[in-house]
Amino acid sequence: MIELPKTSRRRFLRNIGYLSVGFPLLNSCSSKQDLTVAARMNYDGNLPGSIRNASQVNAWLQVLEDGRVMVFSGKVELGQGIRMAICQVAAEELDLELDQVEVHMAETGLTPDEGYTAGSGSVQNSAMSVRYAAATARQKLVELASIKLKSPVEDLVFYNGKVKTKKGNQSLNFAEILDGVQIDMEVTVPVSLKVNTEYRYVGKPIPRKDIDKMVRAETNYIQDLRFPGMVHARVLRPKGYQSKLVKLDESGLSTEVSGVTKTVINGSFVGVITEREYQAVKAVDFLRNHSEWTVGSFFPDQKDLFTHIKSIADPSQSIRNDGDVNAGFGGNKTFKAAYTKPYLKHGSMGPACGIAIYDGDILHIWSHSQGIYPMRKAIAGMLKMEVDKIHVIAVPGAGCFGHSTADDAAADAAILAMNYPRKHIRVQWSREDEHTWDPFGTAMIMELEASLGEDGKIIAWKSEVWTDSHSMRPNDEPATLLDTRYLENPIELKSRGYLGGGHRNADPYYSIPNMQVNAHYFDGPLRVSSLRSLGSYTNIFSIESFMDELAEKAGKDPLEFRLAHLEDERAIAVVHKVREMCGDEVLKEGEGIGFAFSRYKNTAAYSALGAKVWVDKTTGEVQIKKMWAAVDVGEIINLDGITNQIEGGMIQAASWTLKEQVTFTQEEITSTDWSSYPIFRFSEISEVEVVMINRPDRPAEGGGEVSMPPTGAAIANAVYNASGKRIYDLPITAEKIKSR
Amino acid sequence: MPKYTLHINGSEKVVDTEPDTPLLYVLRDYLELNGPKFGCGLSQCGSCMVLVDGNAVTSCIRPVASVGDSKVVTLEGLTSKSGDLHPVQQAFVQEQAAQCGYCLNGMVMTSVGLLNRNTNPDEGEIKEALRMNLCRCGTHTRIIKAIKRAAKNL
Repeated sequence: MIELPKTSRRRFLRNIGYLSVGFPLLNSCSSKQDLTVAARMNYDGNLPGSIRNASQVNAWLQVLEDGRVMVFSGKVELGQGIRMAICQVAAEELDLELDQVEVHMAETGLTPDEGYTAGSGSVQNSAMSVRYAAATARQKLVELASIKLKSPVEDLVFYNGKVKTKKGNQSLNFAEILDGVQIDMEVTVPVSLKVNTEYRYVGKPIPRKDIDKMVRAETNYIQDLRFPGMVHARVLRPKGYQSKLVKLDESGLSTEVSGVTKTVINGSFVGVITEREYQAVKAVDFLRNHSEWTVGSFFPDQKDLFTHIKSIADPSQSIRNDGDVNAGFGGNKTFKAAYTKPYLKHGSMGPACGIAIYDGDILHIWSHSQGIYPMRKAIAGMLKMEVDKIHVIAVPGAGCFGHSTADDAAADAAILAMNYPRKHIRVQWSREDEHTWDPFGTAMIMELEASLGEDGKIIAWKSEVWTDSHSMRPNDEPATLLDTRYLENPIELKSRGYLGGGHRNADPYYSIPNMQVNAHYFDGPLRVSSLRSLGSYTNIFSIESFMDELAEKAGKDPLEFRLAHLEDERAIAVVHKVREMCGDEVLKEGEGIGFAFSRYKNTAAYSALGAKVWVDKTTGEVQIKKMWAAVDVGEIINLDGITNQIEGGMIQAASWTLKEQVTFTQEEITSTDWSSYPIFRFSEISEVEVVMINRPDRPAEGGGEVSMPPTGAAIANAVYNASGKRIYDLPITAEKIKSR
Repeated sequence: MPKYTLHINGSEKVVDTEPDTPLLYVLRDYLELNGPKFGCGLSQCGSCMVLVDGNAVTSCIRPVASVGDSKVVTLEGLTSKSGDLHPVQQAFVQEQAAQCGYCLNGMVMTSVGLLNRNTNPDEGEIKEALRMNLCRCGTHTRIIKAIKRAAKNL
């Protein structure tokens, strides 16, 4: 059983009033003279977007009855360790032990609405909001303690959840200071922040609290939640993307499968509810075998995919146009190359799960969605309910790496709960459904053209990118949810989703006087949405492959060629660092090293990648021997957490690069399990080495996606250096290396 | 429905269920154990692994009727009664060998199975033992380090 929410907290929260605003803010550096109290300085910069939407301290943190602190974040834990990072910044500013801070992740009505947990944006939004709110709370607590203890601020010590007089004969915890109320005041600049040289936690490799729980099987994933009387359900997905239900014969179901409670049919939506989980698996198999669906050719022939994409694309749109590209091409040596990337799956290890109960008034939903507030709007629209009548609690699932199927499973559970009220209904997706109905990362094409001057530098550059949407995340449009396609009154999708992700990083971060970027949007055949790093992976794969080709044409070392086009010192530093990391490598026969660089979104974190591969000359097989990354995310919150993210990103992107592509016939998706959609297994794993360049005085950037884009190109460049074969079409397979 | 008496984590459990119910569903749905995870139901990913008589095996397509008198240990059963972690569990914590942690059950169970028969595996043997186990977060290199560490601490 799980206790949600904690009763002690709820009682405390219910019984309290709120302090009225009006206490003057203390000056900063209140206890500078005291050695045990860290120095502080005023922060007068911008506040993150999240805090502008939820500006009160008590939106972000509240003091519990025992004096500990509950922090609220509108983001969700996806295995990226954001819960720990938020815990660290809160404990830092409030001078608490880490165990004195609990972090409550997203829940409607309780935590701030921070939209989606996406785009490597949680540290700079949620963690930084918590930092400013905690620092503001600290000022208020010191001030109130000073009044209560009748002791000037200079004579107080603020440490580990207690405020003591220096003589030590009086002390209060936070709850005693607040006396049953919470801090209801706005977070405004200037905020007095701890000086970063005095940090106890931030920037350190603090172990995550949840891994000890994971190894004990004490972590509650959504799949692990159990409620009294909970029933199980599965949904029978249509045969193909646009298939409609023609006939369903459920007459023999109850005799064939025990425990069947209810079948819900609404248009082409078919769900079955059973007492036990495996009964639902059998029931949905029975229904599949006793149903008829329309079939059709929904997809182009896979071998013609990229021709098809070009044929359906909109007229091109200008994204960037600096200088005069055509003049730059004229009279100079000009080179061209074209690159493609197939559709990719998120490939979460845990198929989606959703739990819901309709209590007759409120629909409660437990979901591992990346954005529970926006999802609530979509579900409200689908069910034609008031948003306020839906309560959503974020619960961790398996890592999802973008917008996957969590929201769709929540929608399934919501539909079934409305048809079978007052019972918790748990919907578990199958692996086949997860692989088939996942909103994939879109296939893309990038065509590049560049000219080199006499000095071997790039004079002009043109990027042409073909892309579908990179976010069809649930929002005001119910049609972003899969089920809305099949309900009796299907809802048509009005908008095309977020297209901007397609040209993310399509303009090189290099100093090139004439640069043009054009985007060709298409409304492609397969269901798509956000996949970790969006278009950047394809665009950087293409750009950084092309940079190596241009370097060779210019007769330059590939890293020197990049450095000659970089002005940003932080960019230059990661390139130097990765070169230094690989400096001692000795290459054997058939081995090669390749490099790539990117600054994520051209505005966020920096990474330079190195990959060493061996290519089997007879079979074309590629083995990665080692990968290196030098990364600068600005201020580091948790050194081990960010390192783990960078390492994992490299391995996942390497798997994309060498193995992965969604396959399909004209009728259906055919990569429906881990045999038909293979990803890296242990035998393919190389050593990885990450060096983080910490810049405590620069803004903290998220790092979840940062190592993905340059990994693909570093491998492609290494394969070229090892074998002399340049592969333009992902994935880089043995067959392609052999056949060229 | 038939009754099955199973030896789970050192005690006997009686379950009323259909003979074709996979062991995974018995462990999770009837016995409320959360260690073994549903990942594919196809014996392809290793998330559902348990020890059966000391060997790490998948539980998602193994019918309960086939379990018989075998001794089954789940992730929960590795921890001692007093809460002390098995050296493999401890090593996973020390190496922070997880991100989302969904595959961790299978990784830990396979590692325990490996160390049961080989107390000093080299990297090749570790990778071979983990060939069934998928991880999407990319924590593989940490997992390998954790197993090497656990082998030292056995």
